Amino acid sequence: MDASAIYDTLKARFGDDILGFNGEGIDPSITVAPAALDRVASFLSDEPAFAFDALMCLSGVDHGSGKDLGVVYHLHSMTHRHTITLKVDVPRDAPHVPTVEHVWKTADWHEREAYDMVGIIFDGHSDLRRILCPDDWEGHPLRKDYHTQEYYTIGGKPVRVPV
Amino acid sequence: MAEIVGQDLDVIDKELEGNIVFTTLDKAVNWARLSAIWPMTFGLACCAIEMMATGASRYDLDRLGVMFRPSPRQSDLMIVAGTVTIKMASRVKRLYDQMPDPKWVISMGSCATSGGPYWQYGYHVLKGVDRVIPVDVYVPGCPPRPEALIEGILTLQRKIRTQRKTLRIFHLFDRDQ
Repeated sequence: MDASAIYDTLKARFGDDILGFNGEGIDPSITVAPAALDRVASFLSDEPAFAFDALMCLSGVDHGSGKDLGVVYHLHSMTHRHTITLKVDVPRDAPHVPTVEHVWKTADWHEREAYDMVGIIFDGHSDLRRILCPDDWEGHPLRKDYHTQEYYTIGGKPVRVPV
Repeated sequence: MAEIVGQDLDVIDKELEGNIVFTTLDKAVNWARLSAIWPMTFGLACCAIEMMATGASRYDLDRLGVMFRPSPRQSDLMIVAGTVTIKMASRVKRLYDQMPDPKWVISMGSCATSGGPYWQYGYHVLKGVDRVIPVDVYVPGCPPRPEALIEGILTLQRKIRTQRKTLRIFHLFDRDQ
């Protein structure tokens, strides 16, 4: 099934929760309202006509200072060999997105990485803690407005981080 | 059985007769130490691949008495081979603390020495492992070739040869008081 047909089906079923469609570029993408994301994901996964059984990638995105944060989901169906990209935009001051961990188990560590690097909070995640940075890290390093820590404590002693 | 061993010892005694080496305790101890530097099997990034190549048959570190040990408790040398992230730095320090004295550290490659390509924008990289543990020899390169690491080990051997550690053994009692 091609991307515009997937969009039409989703639009007919979820209505205003499907915000937009971009068919240009290499990866056609569908923008989804954050509140409806888990329902859309479950539908895409369970519906036999779609059968998106693989979450190829889940990325956290910072669109720039003062702008929204986002999450991008690359889905693939091994059964039908079709692909679609889902996009979600969330406000910077309350970046809450429902988890899709129960739909694709792959999302577990991907969501932890997006939380660690960009600071997206995935509501309903079973174990949302940092996966790459140390547990006591301050801030989220891949945000555009991130400032490097001046000092970091190693072995009980403060060590200067920047040059 | 005992007679055979006794005969063998007689032969050895005759062979060694008249062959006596005079030296200082420092030189004897340093000779022993530099002839069997056992590094810890410990790699952090791509430099570790070069370190493995140095230890393998082509460059053959064994001929220098350098044999990799699987435990810090058995090691004399820590080759910091690769990028030291801030998360890893406390582990590096702990491993160093677990090594028995005397112990030495080689900082292998740009990352371990200064942060390397992560010098300016690497928010997660320690800018030089010498901010956490003392370093004896710095080996430049990104990554250093096996010849460069061997040069670093030979430099460390020269350094050990000039050390006067045994003096400290006799001063131990003074230090405790």
